[in-house]
Amino acid sequence: MTDETVISAKSLDLTFQTNDGPVHALKDVNLNIIKGEFVSFIGPSGCGKTTFLRVMADLDQPTDGTITINGVSPKAARESRAYGYVFQSAGLYPWRTIGKNIRLPLEIMGISKSEQKERVEKVLKLVELEDFEKKFPWQLSGGMQQRASIARALAFDADILLMDEPFGALDEIVRDYLNEQLLKLWHSTEKTICFVTHSIPEAVYLSTKIVVMSPRPGRIIDIIESDLPDKRPLEIRDTKEFIDIAQRVREGLRAGHSYE
Amino acid sequence: MNNSILPIVAISTFIVLIWYSFSIVLNSSWALDKAERNDQKLSFSELVHDTWSQKKPKLPAPHQVGYEMYKTIFDKKVTSKRSLVYHGWITLSATLAGFLLGTLLGILLALAIVHDRATDLSVMPWIITSQTIPILALAPMIIVVLSSIGFTGLMPKAVISMYLSFFPIVVGMVKGLRSPDLLEIDQMKTWSASKFQILIKLRLPKSIPFLFTSLKLGMAASLVGAIVGELPSGAIAGLGARMLSGSYYGQTIQIWSALFAAAILAASLVGVISIIQAYVFKRMMIVQ
Repeated sequence: MTDETVISAKSLDLTFQTNDGPVHALKDVNLNIIKGEFVSFIGPSGCGKTTFLRVMADLDQPTDGTITINGVSPKAARESRAYGYVFQSAGLYPWRTIGKNIRLPLEIMGISKSEQKERVEKVLKLVELEDFEKKFPWQLSGGMQQRASIARALAFDADILLMDEPFGALDEIVRDYLNEQLLKLWHSTEKTICFVTHSIPEAVYLSTKIVVMSPRPGRIIDIIESDLPDKRPLEIRDTKEFIDIAQRVREGLRAGHSYE
Repeated sequence: MNNSILPIVAISTFIVLIWYSFSIVLNSSWALDKAERNDQKLSFSELVHDTWSQKKPKLPAPHQVGYEMYKTIFDKKVTSKRSLVYHGWITLSATLAGFLLGTLLGILLALAIVHDRATDLSVMPWIITSQTIPILALAPMIIVVLSSIGFTGLMPKAVISMYLSFFPIVVGMVKGLRSPDLLEIDQMKTWSASKFQILIKLRLPKSIPFLFTSLKLGMAASLVGAIVGELPSGAIAGLGARMLSGSYYGQTIQIWSALFAAAILAASLVGVISIIQAYVFKRMMIVQ
Protein backbone atom coordinates (compact mmCIF):
# COMPACT_ATOMS: atom_id res chain seq x y z
CA MET A 1 0.00 0.00 0.00
CA THR A 2 1.50 3.35 -1.05
CA ASP A 3 0.89 6.38 1.13
CA GLU A 4 -0.91 8.30 -1.55
CA THR A 5 -3.52 10.71 -0.16
CA VAL A 6 -6.81 10.33 -2.00
CA ILE A 7 -9.10 12.56 0.03
CA SER A 8 -7.92 15.50 2.03
CA ALA A 9 -10.15 17.85 4.03
CA LYS A 10 -8.78 20.92 5.80
CA SER A 11 -10.82 22.94 8.33
CA LEU A 12 -13.99 22.15 6.44
CA ASP A 13 -17.11 24.08 7.47
CA LEU A 14 -20.67 23.76 6.21
CA THR A 15 -23.66 25.73 7.46
CA PHE A 16 -27.11 25.15 5.99
CA GLN A 17 -29.48 28.11 6.00
CA THR A 18 -32.91 26.79 7.00
CA ASN A 19 -36.18 28.45 7.99
CA ASP A 20 -35.32 27.69 11.62
CA GLY A 21 -32.02 29.54 11.32
CA PRO A 22 -28.56 28.26 10.39
CA VAL A 23 -27.64 24.61 11.00
CA HIS A 24 -23.97 23.94 11.58
CA ALA A 25 -23.61 20.60 9.78
CA LEU A 26 -19.82 20.46 9.68
CA LYS A 27 -17.33 22.34 11.85
CA ASP A 28 -13.56 22.36 11.42
CA VAL A 29 -13.33 18.92 9.85
CA ASN A 30 -9.78 17.75 9.10
CA LEU A 31 -9.13 14.34 7.57
CA ASN A 32 -6.72 12.53 5.30
CA ILE A 33 -7.68 9.35 3.55
CA ILE A 34 -4.95 7.19 2.02
CA LYS A 35 -5.41 5.14 -1.12
CA GLY A 36 -6.85 1.71 -0.43
CA GLU A 37 -8.19 2.55 3.04
CA PHE A 38 -11.61 1.47 4.25
CA VAL A 39 -12.90 4.40 6.28
CA SER A 40 -16.11 4.27 8.31
CA PHE A 41 -17.92 7.36 9.53
CA ILE A 42 -19.98 6.71 12.62
CA GLY A 43 -22.11 8.92 14.83
CA PRO A 44 -25.69 9.73 15.81
CA SER A 45 -28.02 11.35 13.28
CA GLY A 46 -27.21 14.99 12.65
CA CYS A 47 -23.47 14.50 13.21
CA GLY A 48 -22.71 15.42 9.61
CA LYS A 49 -21.41 12.02 8.46
CA THR A 50 -23.71 11.90 5.44
CA THR A 51 -23.12 15.59 4.75
CA PHE A 52 -19.35 14.99 4.74
CA LEU A 53 -19.81 12.15 2.24
CA ARG A 54 -22.03 14.39 0.09
CA VAL A 55 -19.37 17.11 0.16
CA MET A 56 -16.82 14.58 -1.14
CA ALA A 57 -19.31 13.72 -3.89
CA ASP A 58 -19.97 17.40 -4.75
CA LEU A 59 -23.66 16.96 -3.85
CA ASP A 60 -23.26 19.60 -1.10
CA GLN A 61 -20.78 22.47 -1.12
CA PRO A 62 -18.73 23.51 1.94
CA THR A 63 -19.11 27.08 3.16
CA ASP A 64 -15.49 27.22 4.28
CA GLY A 65 -12.27 25.23 4.21
CA THR A 66 -10.84 23.09 1.44
CA ILE A 67 -11.32 19.56 0.28
CA THR A 68 -9.56 17.71 -2.54
CA ILE A 69 -10.30 14.35 -4.12
CA ASN A 70 -7.34 12.87 -6.01
CA GLY A 71 -5.80 16.31 -5.68
CA VAL A 72 -8.64 18.15 -7.44
CA SER A 73 -11.92 19.75 -6.35
CA PRO A 74 -14.95 17.49 -5.69
CA LYS A 75 -16.62 18.99 -8.77
CA ALA A 76 -13.71 18.08 -11.02
CA ALA A 77 -13.55 14.66 -9.38
CA ARG A 78 -17.25 14.09 -10.01
CA GLU A 79 -16.92 15.17 -13.62
CA SER A 80 -13.99 12.84 -14.16
CA ARG A 81 -16.06 10.04 -12.60
CA ALA A 82 -13.59 9.48 -9.81
CA TYR A 83 -16.10 7.88 -7.43
CA GLY A 84 -19.09 5.57 -7.31
CA TYR A 85 -21.84 6.48 -4.85
CA VAL A 86 -24.12 3.97 -3.16
CA PHE A 87 -27.21 5.43 -1.52
CA GLN A 88 -29.19 4.05 1.39
CA SER A 89 -31.90 2.78 -0.94
CA ALA A 90 -30.90 0.86 -4.03
CA GLY A 91 -32.66 3.31 -6.39
CA LEU A 92 -32.95 0.78 -9.21
CA TYR A 93 -35.31 1.74 -12.04
CA PRO A 94 -38.26 -0.68 -12.04
CA TRP A 95 -38.58 -0.50 -15.84
CA ARG A 96 -35.01 -1.69 -16.40
CA THR A 97 -33.63 -5.17 -15.78
CA ILE A 98 -30.74 -5.55 -13.33
CA GLY A 99 -28.31 -5.66 -16.24
CA LYS A 100 -29.82 -2.55 -17.82
CA ASN A 101 -29.75 -0.76 -14.46
CA ILE A 102 -26.04 -1.41 -14.18
CA ARG A 103 -25.62 -0.20 -17.76
CA LEU A 104 -27.33 3.10 -16.95
CA PRO A 105 -24.23 5.02 -15.76
CA LEU A 106 -22.23 3.44 -18.60
CA GLU A 107 -24.77 4.67 -21.16
CA ILE A 108 -24.61 8.12 -19.62
CA MET A 109 -20.82 8.09 -19.80
CA GLY A 110 -20.92 7.09 -23.44
CA ILE A 111 -19.13 3.77 -23.06
CA SER A 112 -19.38 1.48 -26.09
CA LYS A 113 -22.02 -1.28 -26.19
CA SER A 114 -19.50 -4.12 -26.26
CA GLU A 115 -17.60 -2.75 -23.31
CA GLN A 116 -20.87 -2.16 -21.43
CA LYS A 117 -21.66 -5.84 -21.81
CA GLU A 118 -18.22 -6.86 -20.57
CA ARG A 119 -18.36 -4.58 -17.53
CA VAL A 120 -21.87 -5.62 -16.54
CA GLU A 121 -20.80 -9.27 -16.57
CA LYS A 122 -17.70 -8.47 -14.56
CA VAL A 123 -19.43 -6.52 -11.78
CA LEU A 124 -22.34 -8.95 -11.58
CA LYS A 125 -19.78 -11.64 -10.87
CA LEU A 126 -18.16 -9.43 -8.21
CA VAL A 127 -21.44 -9.17 -6.27
CA GLU A 128 -22.43 -12.77 -7.10
CA LEU A 129 -25.53 -11.89 -9.11
CA GLU A 130 -24.49 -13.52 -12.41
CA ASP A 131 -27.85 -15.24 -12.90
CA PHE A 132 -29.93 -12.13 -12.35
CA GLU A 133 -28.95 -9.92 -15.29
CA LYS A 134 -32.29 -10.40 -17.04
CA LYS A 135 -34.41 -10.12 -13.89
CA PHE A 136 -36.35 -7.04 -12.87
CA PRO A 137 -35.68 -5.31 -9.52
CA TRP A 138 -38.98 -6.44 -7.97
CA GLN A 139 -37.91 -10.05 -8.49
CA LEU A 140 -34.94 -9.53 -6.12
CA SER A 141 -34.81 -9.34 -2.32
CA GLY A 142 -33.78 -6.09 -0.61
CA GLY A 143 -30.24 -7.40 -0.01
CA MET A 144 -29.85 -8.48 -3.63
CA GLN A 145 -31.13 -5.10 -4.82
CA GLN A 146 -28.51 -3.35 -2.71
CA ARG A 147 -25.82 -5.65 -4.17
CA ALA A 148 -27.01 -4.70 -7.64
CA SER A 149 -26.73 -1.05 -6.68
CA ILE A 150 -23.14 -1.65 -5.50
CA ALA A 151 -22.44 -3.39 -8.80
CA ARG A 152 -23.78 -0.33 -10.60
CA ALA A 153 -21.44 1.94 -8.58
CA LEU A 154 -18.53 -0.36 -9.45
CA ALA A 155 -19.40 -0.61 -13.14
CA PHE A 156 -17.46 2.42 -14.32
CA ASP A 157 -14.41 1.38 -12.34
CA ALA A 158 -13.92 4.46 -10.18
CA ASP A 159 -11.14 4.17 -7.59
CA ILE A 160 -13.27 5.55 -4.78
CA LEU A 161 -16.50 4.06 -3.47
CA LEU A 162 -18.69 6.32 -1.32
CA MET A 163 -21.36 4.39 0.58
CA ASP A 164 -24.11 6.09 2.60
CA GLU A 165 -25.59 3.55 5.03
CA PRO A 166 -26.02 1.06 2.19
CA PHE A 167 -27.18 -1.74 4.49
CA GLY A 168 -29.14 0.42 6.94
CA ALA A 169 -32.53 -0.86 5.83
CA LEU A 170 -31.59 -4.56 5.83
CA ASP A 171 -31.98 -7.16 8.58
CA GLU A 172 -28.95 -8.26 10.56
CA ILE A 173 -28.42 -11.65 8.93
CA VAL A 174 -28.39 -10.17 5.43
CA ARG A 175 -26.21 -7.38 6.71
CA ASP A 176 -23.57 -9.76 8.10
CA TYR A 177 -23.46 -11.55 4.80
CA LEU A 178 -23.14 -8.32 2.80
CA ASN A 179 -20.43 -7.02 5.14
CA GLU A 180 -18.38 -10.16 4.50
CA GLN A 181 -18.96 -9.79 0.77
CA LEU A 182 -18.02 -6.13 0.83
CA LEU A 183 -14.72 -6.90 2.56
CA LYS A 184 -13.97 -9.55 -0.05
CA LEU A 185 -14.79 -7.09 -2.79
CA TRP A 186 -12.58 -4.44 -1.21
CA HIS A 187 -9.68 -6.92 -1.07
CA SER A 188 -10.08 -7.96 -4.68
CA THR A 189 -10.54 -4.45 -6.13
CA GLU A 190 -8.26 -2.43 -3.79
CA LYS A 191 -10.60 0.54 -3.90
CA THR A 192 -10.72 3.33 -1.36
CA ILE A 193 -14.05 3.05 0.46
CA CYS A 194 -15.81 5.65 2.59
CA PHE A 195 -18.65 4.05 4.47
CA VAL A 196 -21.27 5.85 6.56
CA THR A 197 -22.98 3.77 9.24
CA HIS A 198 -24.54 4.03 12.67
CA SER A 199 -23.66 0.48 13.67
CA ILE A 200 -20.55 0.09 15.85
CA PRO A 201 -19.92 -3.61 15.02
CA GLU A 202 -20.29 -2.88 11.30
CA ALA A 203 -17.81 0.00 11.49
CA VAL A 204 -15.24 -1.98 13.48
CA TYR A 205 -15.63 -5.11 11.37
CA LEU A 206 -15.16 -3.35 8.04
CA SER A 207 -12.71 -0.54 8.59
CA THR A 208 -9.05 0.21 8.63
CA LYS A 209 -9.92 3.63 9.97
CA ILE A 210 -12.97 4.68 12.00
CA VAL A 211 -14.01 8.32 12.15
CA VAL A 212 -16.23 9.03 15.16
CA MET A 213 -18.45 12.08 14.76
CA SER A 214 -20.76 14.08 16.98
CA PRO A 215 -23.66 16.46 16.31
CA ARG A 216 -24.47 20.15 16.94
CA PRO A 217 -22.13 21.20 15.42
CA GLY A 218 -21.16 18.21 13.31
CA ARG A 219 -17.50 17.47 14.04
CA ILE A 220 -14.89 14.73 14.32
CA ILE A 221 -14.41 13.45 17.88
CA ASP A 222 -11.92 10.65 17.32
CA ILE A 223 -10.06 8.93 14.50
CA ILE A 224 -9.24 5.30 15.26
CA GLU A 225 -6.70 3.35 13.23
CA SER A 226 -7.77 -0.25 13.42
CA ASP A 227 -5.06 -2.88 13.83
CA LEU A 228 -7.31 -5.83 13.09
CA PRO A 229 -5.83 -8.27 10.55
CA ASP A 230 -6.81 -7.90 6.88
CA LYS A 231 -8.51 -11.28 6.76
CA ARG A 232 -11.56 -11.00 8.95
CA PRO A 233 -13.96 -13.88 9.47
CA LEU A 234 -17.23 -12.89 11.16
CA GLU A 235 -15.99 -14.60 14.37
CA ILE A 236 -13.39 -11.88 14.78
CA ARG A 237 -16.13 -9.91 16.46
CA ASP A 238 -15.69 -12.07 19.59
CA THR A 239 -11.95 -11.37 19.97
CA LYS A 240 -10.51 -8.97 22.53
CA GLU A 241 -8.95 -6.70 19.89
CA PHE A 242 -12.32 -6.22 18.24
CA ILE A 243 -14.09 -5.50 21.54
CA ASP A 244 -11.39 -3.01 22.56
CA ILE A 245 -11.82 -1.00 19.38
CA ALA A 246 -15.61 -1.13 19.70
CA GLN A 247 -15.20 0.11 23.28
CA ARG A 248 -13.13 3.07 22.13
CA VAL A 249 -15.73 3.95 19.49
CA ARG A 250 -18.47 3.76 22.10
CA GLU A 251 -16.56 6.03 24.46
CA GLY A 252 -16.01 8.54 21.69
CA LEU A 253 -19.70 8.55 20.87
CA ARG A 254 -20.62 9.00 24.51
CA ALA A 255 -18.12 11.83 25.06
CA GLY A 256 -19.36 13.70 22.02
CA HIS A 257 -22.97 13.37 22.99
CA SER A 258 -23.89 16.27 25.20
CA TYR A 259 -27.50 15.94 26.29
CA GLU A 260 -28.30 19.60 26.76
CA MET B 1 -65.52 -10.26 -11.83
CA ASN B 2 -68.72 -12.13 -10.96
CA ASN B 3 -69.15 -9.91 -7.93
CA SER B 4 -69.27 -6.79 -10.04
CA ILE B 5 -71.85 -7.94 -12.59
CA LEU B 6 -74.79 -7.72 -10.22
CA PRO B 7 -74.22 -4.10 -9.14
CA ILE B 8 -73.62 -3.04 -12.75
CA VAL B 9 -76.85 -4.66 -13.94
CA ALA B 10 -78.73 -3.27 -10.95
CA ILE B 11 -77.58 0.32 -11.54
CA SER B 12 -78.24 0.15 -15.29
CA THR B 13 -81.73 -1.24 -14.73
CA PHE B 14 -82.39 1.45 -12.17
CA ILE B 15 -81.34 4.22 -14.58
CA VAL B 16 -83.49 2.81 -17.41
CA LEU B 17 -86.48 2.55 -15.07
CA ILE B 18 -86.06 6.15 -13.90
CA TRP B 19 -85.71 7.25 -17.52
CA TYR B 20 -88.90 5.45 -18.57
CA SER B 21 -90.84 6.91 -15.66
CA PHE B 22 -89.66 10.42 -16.42
CA SER B 23 -90.73 9.92 -20.05
CA ILE B 24 -94.22 9.23 -18.79
CA VAL B 25 -94.26 12.21 -16.42
CA LEU B 26 -92.77 14.73 -18.86
CA ASN B 27 -94.66 13.65 -21.97
CA SER B 28 -98.06 13.04 -20.38
CA SER B 29 -99.37 16.61 -20.56
CA TRP B 30 -99.06 16.60 -24.34
CA ALA B 31 -100.77 13.17 -24.54
CA LEU B 32 -103.58 14.30 -22.22
CA ASP B 33 -104.14 17.57 -24.14
CA LYS B 34 -104.37 15.68 -27.37
CA ALA B 35 -106.86 13.22 -25.89
CA GLU B 36 -108.97 16.06 -24.50
CA ARG B 37 -109.13 17.79 -27.88
CA ASN B 38 -110.38 14.52 -29.39
CA ASP B 39 -112.82 14.01 -26.52
CA GLN B 40 -111.09 10.80 -25.50
CA LYS B 41 -110.38 9.35 -22.12
CA LEU B 42 -107.01 7.63 -21.80
CA SER B 43 -106.57 4.55 -19.69
CA PHE B 44 -103.23 4.32 -17.88
CA SER B 45 -101.82 1.79 -20.35
CA GLU B 46 -102.92 3.96 -23.30
CA LEU B 47 -101.26 6.96 -21.67
CA VAL B 48 -98.01 5.04 -21.14
CA HIS B 49 -98.09 3.78 -24.71
CA ASP B 50 -98.60 7.30 -26.04
CA THR B 51 -95.86 8.93 -23.93
CA TRP B 52 -93.35 6.35 -25.10
CA SER B 53 -94.06 6.72 -28.80
CA GLN B 54 -94.50 10.45 -29.50
CA LYS B 55 -92.78 11.98 -32.52
CA LYS B 56 -91.37 14.98 -30.68
CA PRO B 57 -91.38 14.01 -27.02
CA LYS B 58 -89.93 16.25 -24.32
CA LEU B 59 -87.98 13.22 -23.17
CA PRO B 60 -87.78 10.34 -25.63
CA ALA B 61 -87.96 6.85 -24.17
CA PRO B 62 -84.76 4.72 -24.29
CA HIS B 63 -86.08 2.40 -26.99
CA GLN B 64 -86.92 5.39 -29.24
CA VAL B 65 -83.36 6.65 -28.98
CA GLY B 66 -82.07 3.12 -29.50
CA TYR B 67 -84.18 2.64 -32.61
CA GLU B 68 -83.18 6.03 -34.03
CA MET B 69 -79.51 5.21 -33.46
CA TYR B 70 -79.90 1.82 -35.08
CA LYS B 71 -81.56 3.43 -38.09
CA THR B 72 -78.99 6.20 -38.50
CA ILE B 73 -75.97 4.03 -37.86
CA PHE B 74 -76.75 0.75 -39.62
CA ASP B 75 -79.55 1.49 -42.12
CA LYS B 76 -78.15 4.63 -43.75
CA LYS B 77 -75.20 4.65 -46.12
CA VAL B 78 -72.20 6.07 -44.25
CA THR B 79 -71.91 8.85 -46.83
CA SER B 80 -75.51 9.97 -46.25
CA LYS B 81 -76.13 13.28 -44.46
CA ARG B 82 -78.55 11.40 -42.23
CA SER B 83 -76.02 8.81 -41.14
CA LEU B 84 -74.67 9.14 -37.59
CA VAL B 85 -71.48 7.43 -38.76
CA TYR B 86 -70.95 10.27 -41.25
CA HIS B 87 -71.50 12.94 -38.59
CA GLY B 88 -69.51 10.96 -36.03
CA TRP B 89 -66.55 10.78 -38.41
CA ILE B 90 -66.61 14.55 -38.98
CA THR B 91 -66.46 15.14 -35.23
CA LEU B 92 -63.95 12.34 -34.68
CA SER B 93 -61.49 13.73 -37.22
CA ALA B 94 -61.58 17.16 -35.57
CA THR B 95 -61.27 15.51 -32.14
CA LEU B 96 -58.22 13.48 -33.12
CA ALA B 97 -56.53 16.42 -34.85
CA GLY B 98 -57.16 18.61 -31.78
CA PHE B 99 -56.04 15.85 -29.44
CA LEU B 100 -52.74 15.35 -31.27
CA LEU B 101 -52.05 19.10 -31.39
CA GLY B 102 -53.06 19.48 -27.73
CA THR B 103 -50.87 16.58 -26.61
CA LEU B 104 -47.90 17.95 -28.53
CA LEU B 105 -48.40 21.48 -27.23
CA GLY B 106 -48.96 20.20 -23.69
CA ILE B 107 -45.79 18.11 -23.63
CA LEU B 108 -43.68 20.92 -25.13
CA LEU B 109 -45.00 23.42 -22.59
CA ALA B 110 -44.39 20.97 -19.73
CA LEU B 111 -40.80 20.41 -20.87
CA ALA B 112 -40.19 24.17 -20.99
CA ILE B 113 -41.81 24.71 -17.59
CA VAL B 114 -39.83 21.96 -15.87
CA HIS B 115 -36.48 23.02 -17.31
CA ASP B 116 -36.78 26.78 -17.11
CA ARG B 117 -37.90 28.61 -14.02
CA ALA B 118 -38.64 31.80 -15.95
CA THR B 119 -41.06 29.90 -18.21
CA ASP B 120 -42.66 28.33 -15.16
CA LEU B 121 -43.28 31.74 -13.61
CA SER B 122 -44.29 33.56 -16.78
CA VAL B 123 -46.29 30.99 -18.74
CA MET B 124 -48.06 28.96 -16.06
CA PRO B 125 -50.41 31.81 -15.00
CA TRP B 126 -51.48 32.24 -18.64
CA ILE B 127 -52.12 28.53 -18.98
CA ILE B 128 -54.36 28.58 -15.93
CA THR B 129 -56.09 31.78 -17.04
CA SER B 130 -56.79 30.23 -20.43
CA GLN B 131 -58.92 27.58 -18.77
CA THR B 132 -60.99 30.02 -16.72
CA ILE B 133 -62.57 31.54 -19.85
CA PRO B 134 -65.76 29.71 -20.82
CA ILE B 135 -65.02 27.93 -24.08
CA LEU B 136 -68.55 28.74 -25.29
CA ALA B 137 -67.63 32.43 -25.26
CA LEU B 138 -64.27 31.89 -26.88
CA ALA B 139 -65.23 29.37 -29.58
CA PRO B 140 -67.11 31.79 -31.88
CA MET B 141 -64.21 34.22 -31.78
CA ILE B 142 -61.67 31.55 -32.65
CA ILE B 143 -63.85 30.54 -35.59
CA VAL B 144 -64.30 34.11 -36.80
CA VAL B 145 -60.61 34.94 -36.49
CA LEU B 146 -59.47 31.76 -38.19
CA SER B 147 -61.99 32.00 -41.01
CA SER B 148 -60.93 35.59 -41.69
CA ILE B 149 -57.44 34.30 -42.44
CA GLY B 150 -58.82 31.54 -44.56
CA PHE B 151 -59.12 28.58 -42.21
CA THR B 152 -62.50 26.88 -42.18
CA GLY B 153 -63.85 23.38 -41.72
CA LEU B 154 -61.80 20.99 -39.62
CA MET B 155 -59.04 23.38 -38.63
CA PRO B 156 -60.94 25.82 -36.35
CA LYS B 157 -62.65 22.91 -34.58
CA ALA B 158 -59.30 21.20 -34.06
CA VAL B 159 -57.92 24.43 -32.58
CA ILE B 160 -60.78 24.68 -30.08
CA SER B 161 -60.31 21.03 -29.30
CA MET B 162 -56.60 21.59 -28.74
CA TYR B 163 -57.36 24.55 -26.51
CA LEU B 164 -59.30 22.29 -24.16
CA SER B 165 -57.05 19.24 -24.33
CA PHE B 166 -53.58 20.72 -23.83
CA PHE B 167 -54.35 21.76 -20.27
CA PRO B 168 -54.63 18.34 -18.59
CA ILE B 169 -51.53 17.26 -20.53
CA VAL B 170 -49.46 20.22 -19.26
CA VAL B 171 -50.57 19.77 -15.66
CA GLY B 172 -50.03 15.99 -15.71
CA MET B 173 -46.70 16.11 -17.51
CA VAL B 174 -45.29 18.85 -15.27
CA LYS B 175 -46.14 16.70 -12.28
CA GLY B 176 -44.79 13.60 -14.00
CA LEU B 177 -41.51 15.17 -15.12
CA ARG B 178 -41.01 16.44 -11.59
CA SER B 179 -41.84 13.09 -10.00
CA PRO B 180 -38.24 11.78 -9.69
CA ASP B 181 -37.22 12.16 -6.05
CA LEU B 182 -34.12 13.90 -4.70
CA LEU B 183 -32.19 10.64 -4.43
CA GLU B 184 -32.76 9.82 -8.09
CA ILE B 185 -31.62 13.28 -9.16
CA ASP B 186 -28.57 13.12 -6.87
CA GLN B 187 -27.72 9.72 -8.29
CA MET B 188 -27.79 11.17 -11.80
CA LYS B 189 -25.52 14.00 -10.61
CA THR B 190 -22.96 11.54 -9.26
CA TRP B 191 -22.71 10.20 -12.83
CA SER B 192 -22.42 13.77 -14.19
CA ALA B 193 -25.48 13.22 -16.36
CA SER B 194 -26.53 16.12 -18.57
CA LYS B 195 -30.01 17.68 -18.28
CA PHE B 196 -30.95 15.97 -21.51
CA GLN B 197 -29.79 12.58 -20.25
CA ILE B 198 -31.74 13.05 -17.02
CA LEU B 199 -34.78 13.87 -19.14
CA ILE B 200 -34.49 10.85 -21.42
CA LYS B 201 -33.37 8.23 -18.90
CA LEU B 202 -35.27 9.34 -15.82
CA ARG B 203 -37.87 12.09 -16.15
CA LEU B 204 -39.66 10.82 -19.25
CA PRO B 205 -40.00 7.17 -18.15
CA LYS B 206 -41.17 8.34 -14.73
CA SER B 207 -43.82 10.59 -16.26
CA ILE B 208 -45.49 7.80 -18.27
CA PRO B 209 -48.18 6.95 -15.68
CA PHE B 210 -49.03 10.65 -15.38
CA LEU B 211 -49.11 10.99 -19.17
CA PHE B 212 -51.73 8.29 -19.58
CA THR B 213 -54.04 9.79 -16.96
CA SER B 214 -53.68 13.13 -18.77
CA LEU B 215 -54.26 11.57 -22.19
CA LYS B 216 -57.61 10.17 -21.05
CA LEU B 217 -58.72 13.53 -19.66
CA GLY B 218 -57.39 15.28 -22.76
CA MET B 219 -59.23 12.93 -25.10
CA ALA B 220 -62.58 13.56 -23.40
CA ALA B 221 -61.88 17.31 -23.44
CA SER B 222 -60.97 17.14 -27.13
CA LEU B 223 -64.32 15.65 -28.03
CA VAL B 224 -66.16 18.31 -26.04
CA GLY B 225 -64.06 20.93 -27.85
CA ALA B 226 -64.86 19.55 -31.28
CA ILE B 227 -68.60 19.48 -30.52
CA VAL B 228 -68.56 22.98 -29.03
CA GLY B 229 -66.68 24.11 -32.14
CA GLU B 230 -69.52 22.84 -34.31
CA LEU B 231 -72.24 24.77 -32.51
CA PRO B 232 -71.51 28.45 -33.29
CA SER B 233 -70.19 27.90 -36.79
CA GLY B 234 -73.59 26.85 -38.06
CA ALA B 235 -71.85 23.70 -39.14
CA ILE B 236 -73.95 21.39 -41.23
CA ALA B 237 -72.06 18.26 -40.34
CA GLY B 238 -70.80 16.67 -37.12
CA LEU B 239 -72.42 15.49 -33.92
CA GLY B 240 -72.61 19.09 -32.65
CA ALA B 241 -74.40 20.17 -35.83
CA ARG B 242 -76.74 17.23 -35.38
CA MET B 243 -77.60 18.40 -31.86
CA LEU B 244 -78.04 21.99 -33.05
CA SER B 245 -80.34 21.17 -35.96
CA GLY B 246 -82.27 18.81 -33.68
CA SER B 247 -82.92 21.64 -31.29
CA TYR B 248 -84.02 24.01 -34.12
CA TYR B 249 -86.70 21.59 -35.24
CA GLY B 250 -87.61 20.09 -31.86
CA GLN B 251 -86.19 16.73 -32.92
CA THR B 252 -85.45 15.56 -29.41
CA ILE B 253 -84.88 11.98 -30.50
CA GLN B 254 -82.18 13.19 -32.89
CA ILE B 255 -80.51 15.25 -30.14
CA TRP B 256 -80.45 12.32 -27.76
CA SER B 257 -79.07 10.00 -30.44
CA ALA B 258 -76.27 12.46 -31.14
CA LEU B 259 -75.61 12.75 -27.40
CA PHE B 260 -75.33 9.01 -27.06
CA ALA B 261 -73.17 8.75 -30.14
CA ALA B 262 -70.81 11.32 -28.60
CA ALA B 263 -70.75 9.44 -25.31
CA ILE B 264 -70.02 6.12 -27.03
CA LEU B 265 -67.31 7.77 -29.11
CA ALA B 266 -65.66 9.27 -26.03
CA ALA B 267 -65.83 5.98 -24.15
CA SER B 268 -64.27 4.10 -27.08
CA LEU B 269 -61.46 6.63 -27.48
CA VAL B 270 -60.65 6.53 -23.77
CA GLY B 271 -60.91 2.73 -23.99
CA VAL B 272 -58.29 2.65 -26.74
CA ILE B 273 -55.94 4.73 -24.57
CA SER B 274 -56.56 2.32 -21.67
CA ILE B 275 -55.58 -0.64 -23.84
CA ILE B 276 -52.36 1.06 -24.94
CA GLN B 277 -51.71 2.03 -21.32
CA ALA B 278 -52.13 -1.58 -20.14
CA TYR B 279 -49.61 -2.71 -22.75
CA VAL B 280 -47.06 0.01 -21.95
CA PHE B 281 -47.40 -0.49 -18.18
CA LYS B 282 -46.83 -4.20 -18.60
CA ARG B 283 -43.70 -3.59 -20.65
CA MET B 284 -42.42 -1.03 -18.15
CA MET B 285 -43.31 -3.11 -15.06
CA ILE B 286 -45.49 -0.31 -13.72
CA VAL B 287 -47.90 -1.64 -11.12
CA GLN B 288 -51.08 0.34 -10.63
